[in-house]
Amino acid sequence: MNPSADHALLLDRGNLKRRRRVSALVGAASTVAALLAVAVLLIVVGSVLLKGLGALSIHFLTTPTALFGESGGGISNAIVGSAIMVGLAALMAIPVGLLVAIYTTEFAPARIAHPIRFVLDVLNGVPTIITGIFVYGLLVAGNQQSGFAASVALAIVMLPIVARTAQEVLSLVPATLKEAAHALGIAPWRATVRVTLPTAAGGLLTGALLAVARVAGETAPLILLSSIFAPGVLTEPGEALASIPIFIFQASESPSPEAHTQAWAAALILIAFVLVLNIVARAFYARSRKRMGA
Amino acid sequence: MDIRHPIESPTVTEQNPEPQADPRAGFGHPGPTVSVAGEPAVTPAQHSRQVGNVELRGLDAYYGSNHAVRGVSLAFDSAKVTAIIGPSGCGKSTMVRCINRMHEEIAGARSEGQVLLDGLDLYDSRIDIVAVRRSVGMVFQKPNPFPTMSVIDNVTAGLRLTGVSRGELEDRGREALVGAGLWEEVKGRLKAPGVGLSGGQQQRLCIARALAVDPEVLLMDEPCSALDPVATLRIEELIAELKQRVTIVIVTHNMQQAARVAGTTVFMLNGELVEVGPTDKLFTNPDDDRTEQYVTGKFG
Repeated sequence: MNPSADHALLLDRGNLKRRRRVSALVGAASTVAALLAVAVLLIVVGSVLLKGLGALSIHFLTTPTALFGESGGGISNAIVGSAIMVGLAALMAIPVGLLVAIYTTEFAPARIAHPIRFVLDVLNGVPTIITGIFVYGLLVAGNQQSGFAASVALAIVMLPIVARTAQEVLSLVPATLKEAAHALGIAPWRATVRVTLPTAAGGLLTGALLAVARVAGETAPLILLSSIFAPGVLTEPGEALASIPIFIFQASESPSPEAHTQAWAAALILIAFVLVLNIVARAFYARSRKRMGA
Repeated sequence: MDIRHPIESPTVTEQNPEPQADPRAGFGHPGPTVSVAGEPAVTPAQHSRQVGNVELRGLDAYYGSNHAVRGVSLAFDSAKVTAIIGPSGCGKSTMVRCINRMHEEIAGARSEGQVLLDGLDLYDSRIDIVAVRRSVGMVFQKPNPFPTMSVIDNVTAGLRLTGVSRGELEDRGREALVGAGLWEEVKGRLKAPGVGLSGGQQQRLCIARALAVDPEVLLMDEPCSALDPVATLRIEELIAELKQRVTIVIVTHNMQQAARVAGTTVFMLNGELVEVGPTDKLFTNPDDDRTEQYVTGKFG
Protein backbone atom coordinates (compact mmCIF):
# COMPACT_ATOMS: atom_id res chain seq x y z
CA MET A 1 0.00 0.00 0.00
CA ASN A 2 1.35 3.38 -0.98
CA PRO A 3 1.12 6.12 1.61
CA SER A 4 -0.84 9.09 0.36
CA ALA A 5 0.92 12.39 -0.20
CA ASP A 6 -0.42 13.75 3.12
CA HIS A 7 0.88 10.86 5.16
CA ALA A 8 4.29 11.06 3.57
CA LEU A 9 5.03 13.83 6.07
CA LEU A 10 4.81 11.28 8.87
CA LEU A 11 7.55 9.13 7.45
CA ASP A 12 11.17 9.17 8.55
CA ARG A 13 13.18 11.72 6.63
CA GLY A 14 16.64 10.41 7.33
CA ASN A 15 17.66 11.19 10.92
CA LEU A 16 15.04 9.17 12.82
CA LYS A 17 17.56 6.45 13.64
CA ARG A 18 20.03 8.97 14.97
CA ARG A 19 17.40 10.65 17.14
CA ARG A 20 16.37 7.30 18.57
CA ARG A 21 19.98 6.50 19.41
CA VAL A 22 20.49 9.86 21.17
CA SER A 23 17.29 9.36 23.12
CA ALA A 24 18.37 5.90 24.29
CA LEU A 25 21.81 7.20 25.21
CA VAL A 26 20.50 10.10 27.33
CA GLY A 27 17.98 7.78 29.00
CA ALA A 28 20.69 5.29 29.86
CA ALA A 29 23.11 7.95 31.14
CA SER A 30 20.56 9.45 33.50
CA THR A 31 19.56 6.02 34.78
CA VAL A 32 23.20 5.19 35.51
CA ALA A 33 23.65 8.52 37.31
CA ALA A 34 20.62 7.81 39.50
CA LEU A 35 21.92 4.32 40.30
CA LEU A 36 25.32 5.80 41.17
CA ALA A 37 23.75 8.13 43.73
CA VAL A 38 21.99 5.20 45.38
CA ALA A 39 25.15 3.12 45.17
CA VAL A 40 27.20 5.78 46.96
CA LEU A 41 24.82 5.70 49.92
CA LEU A 42 24.76 1.91 49.94
CA ILE A 43 28.58 1.71 49.79
CA VAL A 44 29.03 4.24 52.60
CA VAL A 45 26.42 2.62 54.84
CA GLY A 46 27.67 -0.86 53.91
CA SER A 47 31.33 -0.20 54.65
CA VAL A 48 30.48 1.55 57.92
CA LEU A 49 28.35 -1.43 58.88
CA LEU A 50 31.07 -3.93 57.91
CA LYS A 51 33.90 -2.19 59.69
CA GLY A 52 31.98 -0.78 62.65
CA LEU A 53 29.61 -3.54 63.63
CA GLY A 54 32.43 -5.63 65.15
CA ALA A 55 33.37 -2.98 67.72
CA LEU A 56 29.77 -2.18 68.59
CA SER A 57 28.63 -3.42 71.98
CA ILE A 58 26.67 -2.31 75.00
CA HIS A 59 30.00 -1.70 76.69
CA PHE A 60 31.06 0.61 73.84
CA LEU A 61 27.88 2.67 74.19
CA THR A 62 27.93 2.94 77.98
CA THR A 63 31.62 3.55 78.72
CA PRO A 64 33.41 6.86 78.35
CA THR A 65 36.41 7.15 76.08
CA ALA A 66 39.55 5.42 77.40
CA LEU A 67 42.39 7.60 78.62
CA PHE A 68 45.40 7.99 76.38
CA GLY A 69 47.45 4.81 76.31
CA GLU A 70 44.69 2.63 77.72
CA SER A 71 42.54 0.31 75.67
CA GLY A 72 38.82 -0.48 75.80
CA GLY A 73 36.55 2.44 76.48
CA GLY A 74 33.55 3.67 74.50
CA ILE A 75 31.63 6.72 73.47
CA SER A 76 29.10 7.35 76.26
CA ASN A 77 30.68 10.75 76.94
CA ALA A 78 30.51 11.58 73.22
CA ILE A 79 26.86 10.53 72.97
CA VAL A 80 25.93 12.63 76.02
CA GLY A 81 27.98 15.61 74.78
CA SER A 82 26.46 15.46 71.30
CA ALA A 83 22.96 15.20 72.76
CA ILE A 84 23.53 18.25 74.98
CA MET A 85 25.08 20.40 72.25
CA VAL A 86 22.60 19.43 69.52
CA GLY A 87 19.73 19.76 72.01
CA LEU A 88 20.82 23.26 73.07
CA ALA A 89 21.28 24.24 69.43
CA ALA A 90 17.77 22.97 68.64
CA LEU A 91 16.33 24.93 71.57
CA MET A 92 17.91 28.09 70.17
CA ALA A 93 17.39 27.58 66.44
CA ILE A 94 13.94 25.99 66.19
CA PRO A 95 11.89 28.71 67.92
CA VAL A 96 13.76 31.50 66.15
CA GLY A 97 13.58 29.70 62.80
CA LEU A 98 9.84 29.13 63.16
CA LEU A 99 9.25 32.76 64.09
CA VAL A 100 11.28 33.93 61.09
CA ALA A 101 9.20 31.67 58.84
CA ILE A 102 5.91 32.84 60.39
CA TYR A 103 6.93 36.45 59.96
CA THR A 104 7.95 36.08 56.33
CA THR A 105 5.00 33.94 55.21
CA GLU A 106 2.17 35.38 57.32
CA PHE A 107 2.97 38.97 58.10
CA ALA A 108 5.78 40.54 56.09
CA PRO A 109 5.07 42.19 52.74
CA ALA A 110 6.79 40.58 49.76
CA ARG A 111 9.42 43.28 49.47
CA ILE A 112 10.67 42.35 52.96
CA ALA A 113 10.01 38.61 52.79
CA HIS A 114 12.03 38.04 49.61
CA PRO A 115 15.29 39.58 50.87
CA ILE A 116 14.95 37.60 54.11
CA ARG A 117 14.54 34.41 52.11
CA PHE A 118 17.65 35.26 50.11
CA VAL A 119 19.65 36.02 53.27
CA LEU A 120 18.63 32.65 54.73
CA ASP A 121 19.78 30.88 51.57
CA VAL A 122 23.14 32.66 51.78
CA LEU A 123 23.46 31.81 55.48
CA ASN A 124 22.71 28.20 54.60
CA GLY A 125 25.62 28.27 52.16
CA VAL A 126 28.18 29.71 54.60
CA PRO A 127 30.90 27.06 55.20
CA THR A 128 30.49 25.79 58.74
CA ILE A 129 34.18 26.29 59.52
CA ILE A 130 33.55 30.01 59.04
CA THR A 131 30.59 29.87 61.38
CA GLY A 132 32.94 28.10 63.81
CA ILE A 133 35.62 30.78 63.53
CA PHE A 134 33.01 33.49 64.02
CA VAL A 135 31.73 31.91 67.21
CA TYR A 136 35.34 31.25 68.28
CA GLY A 137 36.04 34.96 68.08
CA LEU A 138 32.77 35.75 69.81
CA LEU A 139 32.78 33.31 72.73
CA VAL A 140 36.01 31.30 72.94
CA ALA A 141 38.90 33.71 72.26
CA GLY A 142 40.14 35.07 75.59
CA ASN A 143 37.91 32.54 77.29
CA GLN A 144 37.81 28.76 76.82
CA GLN A 145 36.21 26.16 74.63
CA SER A 146 32.71 25.20 75.69
CA GLY A 147 29.79 23.05 74.71
CA PHE A 148 27.71 26.19 74.77
CA ALA A 149 29.91 27.89 72.15
CA ALA A 150 29.61 24.78 70.00
CA SER A 151 25.83 24.76 70.35
CA VAL A 152 25.67 28.43 69.31
CA ALA A 153 27.58 27.53 66.14
CA LEU A 154 25.31 24.54 65.51
CA ALA A 155 22.27 26.77 66.05
CA ILE A 156 23.55 29.17 63.39
CA VAL A 157 23.91 26.21 61.01
CA MET A 158 20.40 24.99 61.90
CA LEU A 159 18.60 28.31 61.71
CA PRO A 160 18.34 28.69 57.91
CA ILE A 161 17.39 25.03 57.48
CA VAL A 162 14.55 25.32 60.01
CA ALA A 163 13.38 28.66 58.68
CA ARG A 164 13.46 27.73 54.98
CA THR A 165 11.69 24.39 55.38
CA ALA A 166 9.11 26.03 57.66
CA GLN A 167 8.54 28.74 55.05
CA GLU A 168 7.92 26.13 52.38
CA VAL A 169 5.51 24.22 54.60
CA LEU A 170 3.61 27.30 55.81
CA SER A 171 3.14 28.49 52.25
CA LEU A 172 1.47 25.15 51.49
CA VAL A 173 -1.29 25.83 54.02
CA PRO A 174 -4.31 26.68 51.84
CA ALA A 175 -5.07 30.38 51.71
CA THR A 176 -8.76 29.51 52.00
CA LEU A 177 -8.19 28.41 55.61
CA LYS A 178 -6.57 31.70 56.55
CA GLU A 179 -9.40 33.50 54.77
CA ALA A 180 -11.96 31.50 56.71
CA ALA A 181 -10.27 32.41 59.98
CA HIS A 182 -10.06 36.09 59.08
CA ALA A 183 -13.69 36.14 57.96
CA LEU A 184 -14.68 34.76 61.38
CA GLY A 185 -13.11 37.76 63.01
CA ILE A 186 -10.16 35.79 64.39
CA ALA A 187 -7.22 38.16 64.80
CA PRO A 188 -4.30 37.38 62.45
CA TRP A 189 -1.86 36.16 65.12
CA ARG A 190 -4.57 33.92 66.61
CA ALA A 191 -5.41 32.55 63.19
CA THR A 192 -1.72 31.73 62.83
CA VAL A 193 -1.53 29.96 66.19
CA ARG A 194 -4.89 28.18 66.03
CA VAL A 195 -5.28 27.39 62.35
CA THR A 196 -2.10 27.75 60.29
CA LEU A 197 0.43 26.20 62.69
CA PRO A 198 -1.67 23.14 63.64
CA THR A 199 -2.40 22.48 59.97
CA ALA A 200 1.30 22.65 59.12
CA ALA A 201 2.53 20.93 62.31
CA GLY A 202 3.77 17.74 60.63
CA GLY A 203 5.77 19.59 58.02
CA LEU A 204 7.25 21.96 60.61
CA LEU A 205 8.38 18.99 62.67
CA THR A 206 9.95 17.51 59.54
CA GLY A 207 12.03 20.61 59.00
CA ALA A 208 13.17 20.65 62.61
CA LEU A 209 14.15 16.96 62.49
CA LEU A 210 16.08 17.39 59.25
CA ALA A 211 17.95 20.31 60.78
CA VAL A 212 18.82 18.22 63.84
CA ALA A 213 20.00 15.39 61.58
CA ARG A 214 22.07 17.87 59.60
CA VAL A 215 23.98 19.27 62.60
CA ALA A 216 24.32 15.99 64.50
CA GLY A 217 27.26 15.15 62.23
CA GLU A 218 28.65 18.67 61.98
CA THR A 219 32.38 18.57 62.76
CA ALA A 220 34.25 21.66 61.64
CA PRO A 221 32.92 24.14 64.25
CA LEU A 222 33.31 21.54 67.01
CA ILE A 223 37.03 21.16 66.30
CA LEU A 224 37.43 24.85 67.10
CA LEU A 225 34.87 25.18 69.85
CA SER A 226 34.67 21.95 71.81
CA SER A 227 37.47 19.48 71.12
CA ILE A 228 39.76 19.63 74.17
CA PHE A 229 37.77 18.13 76.99
CA ALA A 230 38.34 16.37 80.32
CA PRO A 231 37.90 12.58 80.49
CA GLY A 232 34.64 11.04 81.67
CA VAL A 233 31.02 11.93 81.03
CA LEU A 234 30.61 15.70 81.25
CA THR A 235 27.26 17.48 81.27
CA GLU A 236 28.19 21.09 82.00
CA PRO A 237 27.82 23.16 78.80
CA GLY A 238 30.15 25.79 80.30
CA GLU A 239 33.08 23.47 79.61
CA ALA A 240 34.15 21.70 76.46
CA LEU A 241 32.14 18.54 75.80
CA ALA A 242 32.94 15.39 73.86
CA SER A 243 30.92 14.63 70.75
CA ILE A 244 30.53 11.77 68.29
CA PRO A 245 32.00 13.62 65.27
CA ILE A 246 35.05 14.71 67.30
CA PHE A 247 35.45 11.16 68.60
CA ILE A 248 35.42 9.85 65.02
CA PHE A 249 37.91 12.52 63.96
CA GLN A 250 40.32 11.93 66.85
CA ALA A 251 40.08 8.14 66.82
CA SER A 252 40.73 7.95 63.10
CA GLU A 253 43.84 10.13 63.53
CA SER A 254 45.18 7.74 66.14
CA PRO A 255 47.86 5.17 65.14
CA SER A 256 46.14 2.32 67.00
CA PRO A 257 44.07 -0.16 64.91
CA GLU A 258 41.64 -0.57 67.83
CA ALA A 259 40.92 3.17 67.74
CA HIS A 260 40.21 2.88 64.01
CA THR A 261 37.58 0.19 64.59
CA GLN A 262 36.07 2.35 67.32
CA ALA A 263 35.90 5.26 64.90
CA TRP A 264 33.95 3.06 62.47
CA ALA A 265 31.59 1.96 65.25
CA ALA A 266 30.95 5.57 66.28
CA ALA A 267 30.37 6.42 62.62
CA LEU A 268 27.79 3.63 62.50
CA ILE A 269 25.93 5.11 65.49
CA LEU A 270 25.94 8.57 63.92
CA ILE A 271 24.80 7.40 60.50
CA ALA A 272 22.04 5.24 62.01
CA PHE A 273 20.78 8.23 64.03
CA VAL A 274 20.71 10.46 60.95
CA LEU A 275 19.00 7.81 58.82
CA VAL A 276 16.31 7.19 61.43
CA LEU A 277 15.67 10.92 61.82
CA ASN A 278 15.33 11.29 58.05
CA ILE A 279 12.87 8.42 57.81
CA VAL A 280 10.77 9.74 60.73
CA ALA A 281 10.84 13.22 59.20
CA ARG A 282 9.57 11.90 55.87
CA ALA A 283 6.71 10.12 57.59
CA PHE A 284 5.60 13.31 59.34
CA TYR A 285 5.85 15.23 56.10
CA ALA A 286 3.72 12.73 54.21
CA ARG A 287 1.02 13.01 56.89
CA SER A 288 1.17 16.78 56.87
CA ARG A 289 0.82 17.01 53.09
CA LYS A 290 -2.24 14.79 53.23
CA ARG A 291 -3.82 17.10 55.78
CA MET A 292 -3.18 20.16 53.66
CA GLY A 293 -4.67 18.46 50.64
CA ALA A 294 -1.42 18.83 48.70
CA MET B 1 -30.98 53.59 29.79
CA ASP B 2 -32.25 53.38 33.28
CA ILE B 3 -29.70 52.42 35.88
CA ARG B 4 -31.45 52.47 39.17
CA HIS B 5 -29.62 53.41 42.31
CA PRO B 6 -31.99 52.64 45.14
CA ILE B 7 -29.90 54.68 47.49
CA GLU B 8 -30.90 57.82 45.67
CA SER B 9 -34.50 57.29 46.61
CA PRO B 10 -35.41 59.23 49.75
CA THR B 11 -37.03 56.27 51.48
CA VAL B 12 -33.75 54.39 51.61
CA THR B 13 -31.47 57.20 52.66
CA GLU B 14 -33.73 58.12 55.53
CA GLN B 15 -33.66 54.64 56.93
CA ASN B 16 -30.91 55.62 59.36
CA PRO B 17 -31.31 59.32 59.90
CA GLU B 18 -29.03 59.44 62.95
CA PRO B 19 -25.88 57.39 62.86
CA GLN B 20 -24.90 56.19 66.30
CA ALA B 21 -22.35 58.29 68.12
CA ASP B 22 -20.17 55.39 69.23
CA PRO B 23 -18.99 53.45 66.19
CA ARG B 24 -18.43 50.33 68.26
CA ALA B 25 -21.93 50.17 69.68
CA GLY B 26 -23.48 46.95 68.56
CA PHE B 27 -20.14 45.26 67.90
CA GLY B 28 -18.41 42.68 69.97
CA HIS B 29 -21.53 41.64 71.81
CA PRO B 30 -24.71 40.54 70.15
CA GLY B 31 -27.23 43.34 70.13
CA PRO B 32 -30.58 42.76 71.79
CA THR B 33 -32.41 41.94 68.61
CA VAL B 34 -29.92 39.51 67.15
CA SER B 35 -29.14 37.60 70.32
CA VAL B 36 -30.11 33.97 70.30
CA ALA B 37 -28.20 33.09 73.44
CA GLY B 38 -30.52 31.84 76.14
CA GLU B 39 -33.36 31.14 73.80
CA PRO B 40 -34.47 27.70 72.71
CA ALA B 41 -32.24 26.58 69.92
CA VAL B 42 -34.95 25.91 67.38
CA THR B 43 -36.61 29.31 67.31
CA PRO B 44 -34.16 31.71 65.71
CA ALA B 45 -36.68 32.10 62.89
CA GLN B 46 -38.99 33.97 65.27
CA HIS B 47 -36.86 37.08 65.35
CA SER B 48 -37.97 40.25 63.73
CA ARG B 49 -35.01 42.48 63.24
CA GLN B 50 -34.18 46.05 62.60
CA VAL B 51 -30.43 45.57 62.36
CA GLY B 52 -28.30 44.30 59.53
CA ASN B 53 -29.04 46.97 56.95
CA VAL B 54 -26.07 47.34 54.64
CA GLU B 55 -25.63 50.28 52.36
CA LEU B 56 -22.90 50.90 49.80
CA ARG B 57 -22.26 54.50 48.80
CA GLY B 58 -20.13 55.14 45.75
CA LEU B 59 -18.02 52.05 46.34
CA ASP B 60 -14.92 51.66 44.18
CA ALA B 61 -12.57 48.70 44.55
CA TYR B 62 -9.21 48.14 42.93
CA TYR B 63 -6.59 45.44 42.53
CA GLY B 64 -3.53 47.55 41.87
CA SER B 65 -4.53 49.51 38.77
CA ASN B 66 -7.42 47.19 37.91
CA HIS B 67 -10.65 49.01 38.73
CA ALA B 68 -12.85 46.05 39.67
CA VAL B 69 -15.88 47.76 41.23
CA ARG B 70 -16.97 51.11 39.82
CA GLY B 71 -19.04 53.51 41.83
CA VAL B 72 -21.60 51.06 43.17
CA SER B 73 -24.36 52.44 45.41
CA LEU B 74 -26.75 49.87 46.73
CA ALA B 75 -28.71 48.89 49.83
CA PHE B 76 -29.21 45.42 51.29
CA ASP B 77 -32.20 45.41 53.58
CA SER B 78 -32.28 43.48 56.80
CA ALA B 79 -33.91 40.08 56.88
CA LYS B 80 -33.85 39.77 53.11
CA VAL B 81 -31.96 37.72 50.59
CA THR B 82 -30.26 39.65 47.82
CA ALA B 83 -28.64 37.80 44.95
CA ILE B 84 -25.80 39.28 42.92
CA ILE B 85 -25.57 37.97 39.38
CA GLY B 86 -23.34 38.83 36.47
CA PRO B 87 -20.68 37.26 34.25
CA SER B 88 -17.31 36.13 35.63
CA GLY B 89 -15.00 39.00 36.47
CA CYS B 90 -17.79 41.57 36.75
CA GLY B 91 -16.83 42.45 40.33
CA LYS B 92 -19.55 40.54 42.22
CA SER B 93 -17.22 38.81 44.65
CA THR B 94 -15.02 41.85 45.04
CA MET B 95 -17.99 44.01 45.94
CA VAL B 96 -19.21 41.49 48.49
CA ARG B 97 -15.74 41.16 50.01
CA CYS B 98 -15.70 44.91 50.58
CA ILE B 99 -18.66 44.53 52.95
CA ASN B 100 -16.66 42.55 55.53
CA ARG B 101 -13.39 44.21 54.58
CA MET B 102 -11.86 40.99 53.29
CA HIS B 103 -10.99 42.74 50.03
CA GLU B 104 -8.15 44.66 51.65
CA GLU B 105 -6.48 41.40 52.79
CA ILE B 106 -5.23 40.90 49.24
CA ALA B 107 -1.88 42.54 48.52
CA GLY B 108 -2.34 45.64 46.36
CA ALA B 109 -6.10 45.74 46.85
CA ARG B 110 -7.86 48.89 48.06
CA SER B 111 -11.28 50.46 48.02
CA GLU B 112 -12.91 53.86 48.18
CA GLY B 113 -16.38 54.98 49.13
CA GLN B 114 -18.55 54.01 52.04
CA VAL B 115 -19.97 50.76 53.36
CA LEU B 116 -22.55 51.46 56.06
CA LEU B 117 -23.84 48.84 58.47
CA ASP B 118 -26.90 50.23 60.23
CA GLY B 119 -25.59 53.69 59.49
CA LEU B 120 -22.00 53.14 60.64
CA ASP B 121 -19.23 53.50 58.10
CA LEU B 122 -17.26 50.26 58.35
CA TYR B 123 -14.24 51.99 56.82
CA ASP B 124 -14.12 54.66 59.53
CA SER B 125 -10.65 54.74 61.10
CA ARG B 126 -12.11 54.05 64.55
CA ILE B 127 -13.71 50.81 63.41
CA ASP B 128 -12.21 47.52 64.64
CA ILE B 129 -11.83 45.28 61.59
CA VAL B 130 -12.17 42.14 63.71
CA ALA B 131 -15.53 43.39 65.01
CA VAL B 132 -16.64 44.09 61.43
CA ARG B 133 -16.05 40.46 60.53
CA ARG B 134 -17.99 39.28 63.55
CA SER B 135 -20.96 41.36 62.45
CA VAL B 136 -20.64 40.41 58.79
CA GLY B 137 -20.02 36.68 58.39
CA MET B 138 -18.90 34.99 55.20
CA VAL B 139 -19.28 31.63 53.51
CA PHE B 140 -16.91 30.79 50.69
CA GLN B 141 -17.15 29.02 47.37
CA LYS B 142 -15.44 25.86 48.51
CA PRO B 143 -16.24 24.42 51.94
CA ASN B 144 -13.20 25.19 54.10
CA PRO B 145 -13.55 23.61 57.53
CA PHE B 146 -10.38 23.78 59.63
CA PRO B 147 -8.67 20.42 58.97
CA THR B 148 -7.20 20.03 62.45
CA MET B 149 -10.47 20.62 64.27
CA SER B 150 -13.45 18.42 65.11
CA VAL B 151 -16.98 19.25 63.98
CA ILE B 152 -17.82 21.06 67.20
CA ASP B 153 -14.46 22.83 67.39
CA ASN B 154 -14.96 24.10 63.86
CA VAL B 155 -18.33 25.56 64.78
CA THR B 156 -17.05 27.25 67.91
CA ALA B 157 -13.72 28.35 66.40
CA GLY B 158 -14.81 31.97 66.14
CA LEU B 159 -16.33 31.97 69.62
CA ARG B 160 -13.55 30.27 71.51
CA LEU B 161 -11.31 33.27 71.11
CA THR B 162 -13.72 35.72 72.69
CA GLY B 163 -13.66 34.39 76.25
CA VAL B 164 -16.95 32.54 76.05
CA SER B 165 -17.13 29.98 78.87
CA ARG B 166 -16.84 26.28 78.06
CA GLY B 167 -20.42 25.45 78.91
CA GLU B 168 -21.84 28.31 76.89
CA LEU B 169 -19.52 27.38 74.05
CA GLU B 170 -21.18 23.99 73.67
CA ASP B 171 -24.67 25.49 73.83
CA ARG B 172 -23.90 28.05 71.19
CA GLY B 173 -22.14 25.49 69.03
CA ARG B 174 -25.21 23.27 69.20
CA GLU B 175 -27.48 26.22 68.45
CA ALA B 176 -25.43 27.12 65.40
CA LEU B 177 -25.52 23.52 64.16
CA VAL B 178 -29.31 23.44 64.62
CA GLY B 179 -29.54 26.78 62.84
CA ALA B 180 -27.52 25.42 59.92
CA GLY B 181 -29.72 22.32 59.72
CA LEU B 182 -26.81 20.04 60.49
CA TRP B 183 -27.46 19.03 64.11
CA GLU B 184 -29.41 15.84 63.40
CA GLU B 185 -26.71 14.60 61.03
CA VAL B 186 -23.68 15.27 63.20
CA LYS B 187 -24.90 15.06 66.80
CA GLY B 188 -23.35 11.61 67.13
CA ARG B 189 -19.93 12.66 65.85
CA LEU B 190 -19.25 16.10 67.20
CA LYS B 191 -15.69 15.07 68.08
CA ALA B 192 -14.95 13.60 64.65
CA PRO B 193 -12.84 15.66 62.22
CA GLY B 194 -14.84 18.29 60.36
CA VAL B 195 -13.21 17.35 57.05
CA GLY B 196 -14.72 13.85 57.37
CA LEU B 197 -18.19 15.18 56.49
CA SER B 198 -19.58 15.19 52.95
CA GLY B 199 -19.13 18.29 50.80
CA GLY B 200 -22.65 19.56 51.44
CA GLN B 201 -22.35 18.90 55.16
CA GLN B 202 -18.99 20.67 55.21
CA GLN B 203 -20.56 23.73 53.62
CA ARG B 204 -23.37 23.73 56.20
CA LEU B 205 -20.68 23.32 58.86
CA CYS B 206 -19.06 26.46 57.49
CA ILE B 207 -22.43 28.21 57.63
CA ALA B 208 -22.86 27.07 61.23
CA ARG B 209 -19.36 28.34 62.00
CA ALA B 210 -20.28 31.74 60.56
CA LEU B 211 -23.62 31.81 62.41
CA ALA B 212 -22.07 30.90 65.76
CA VAL B 213 -20.55 34.34 66.21
CA ASP B 214 -24.00 35.84 65.68
CA PRO B 215 -23.49 38.03 62.63
CA GLU B 216 -26.06 40.53 61.41
CA VAL B 217 -25.16 39.95 57.79
CA LEU B 218 -24.11 36.75 56.05
CA LEU B 219 -22.20 37.02 52.77
CA MET B 220 -22.26 33.91 50.61
CA ASP B 221 -19.82 33.82 47.70
CA GLU B 222 -21.13 31.15 45.33
CA PRO B 223 -21.79 28.81 48.26
CA CYS B 224 -23.16 25.98 46.12
CA SER B 225 -20.80 25.99 43.16
CA ALA B 226 -18.82 23.03 44.53
CA LEU B 227 -21.90 21.03 45.58
CA ASP B 228 -24.18 18.51 43.93
CA PRO B 229 -27.88 19.38 43.29
CA VAL B 230 -29.20 17.68 46.44
CA ALA B 231 -26.70 19.43 48.70
CA THR B 232 -27.48 22.67 46.85
CA LEU B 233 -31.17 22.25 47.60
CA ARG B 234 -30.42 21.81 51.32
CA ILE B 235 -28.40 25.02 51.36
CA GLU B 236 -31.16 26.89 49.53
CA GLU B 237 -33.75 25.69 52.06
CA LEU B 238 -31.41 26.82 54.79
CA ILE B 239 -31.08 30.26 53.22
CA ALA B 240 -34.86 30.61 53.26
CA GLU B 241 -34.88 29.83 57.01
CA LEU B 242 -31.93 32.04 57.82
CA LYS B 243 -33.27 35.16 56.17
CA GLN B 244 -35.41 35.81 59.24
CA ARG B 245 -32.28 36.07 61.25
CA VAL B 246 -29.57 37.59 59.09
CA THR B 247 -29.36 39.77 56.04
CA ILE B 248 -28.12 37.48 53.29
CA VAL B 249 -26.14 38.58 50.26
CA ILE B 250 -25.48 35.71 47.89
CA VAL B 251 -23.23 35.81 44.85
CA THR B 252 -24.28 33.21 42.35
CA HIS B 253 -23.58 32.13 38.80
CA ASN B 254 -26.78 30.17 38.77
CA MET B 255 -29.73 32.33 37.70
CA GLN B 256 -32.24 29.66 38.72
CA GLN B 257 -30.73 29.77 42.18
CA ALA B 258 -31.12 33.53 42.34
CA ALA B 259 -34.75 33.13 41.28
CA ARG B 260 -35.35 30.48 43.95
CA VAL B 261 -33.76 32.15 46.97
CA ALA B 262 -33.63 35.90 46.50
CA GLY B 263 -36.29 38.56 46.89
CA THR B 264 -34.05 41.14 45.31
CA THR B 265 -31.52 40.59 42.55
CA VAL B 266 -28.65 42.79 41.49
CA PHE B 267 -27.11 42.56 38.03
CA MET B 268 -23.52 43.71 37.62
CA LEU B 269 -21.42 44.10 34.50
CA ASN B 270 -17.80 45.24 34.16
CA GLY B 271 -17.69 46.41 37.76
CA GLU B 272 -20.79 48.52 37.46
CA LEU B 273 -24.21 48.09 38.92
CA VAL B 274 -26.55 47.74 35.95
CA GLU B 275 -29.85 47.03 37.59
CA VAL B 276 -31.37 46.14 40.91
CA GLY B 277 -34.95 45.15 41.54
CA PRO B 278 -37.37 42.50 42.72
CA THR B 279 -36.10 39.17 41.44
CA ASP B 280 -39.15 38.28 39.35
CA LYS B 281 -39.18 41.67 37.67
CA LEU B 282 -35.47 41.51 36.91
CA PHE B 283 -35.82 38.11 35.29
CA THR B 284 -39.07 38.73 33.40
CA ASN B 285 -39.24 42.43 32.67
CA PRO B 286 -35.90 44.12 33.27
CA ASP B 287 -35.50 47.82 32.63
CA ASP B 288 -32.04 47.54 31.11
CA ASP B 289 -31.30 45.91 27.76
CA ARG B 290 -28.07 44.42 29.07
CA THR B 291 -29.90 42.75 31.95
CA GLU B 292 -32.37 41.27 29.53
CA GLN B 293 -29.59 40.00 27.28
CA TYR B 294 -27.82 38.42 30.24
CA VAL B 295 -30.82 36.76 31.88
CA THR B 296 -31.99 35.39 28.55
CA GLY B 297 -28.58 33.87 27.93
CA LYS B 298 -27.44 36.09 25.08
CA PHE B 299 -24.02 36.56 26.74
CA GLY B 300 -22.13 35.78 29.92
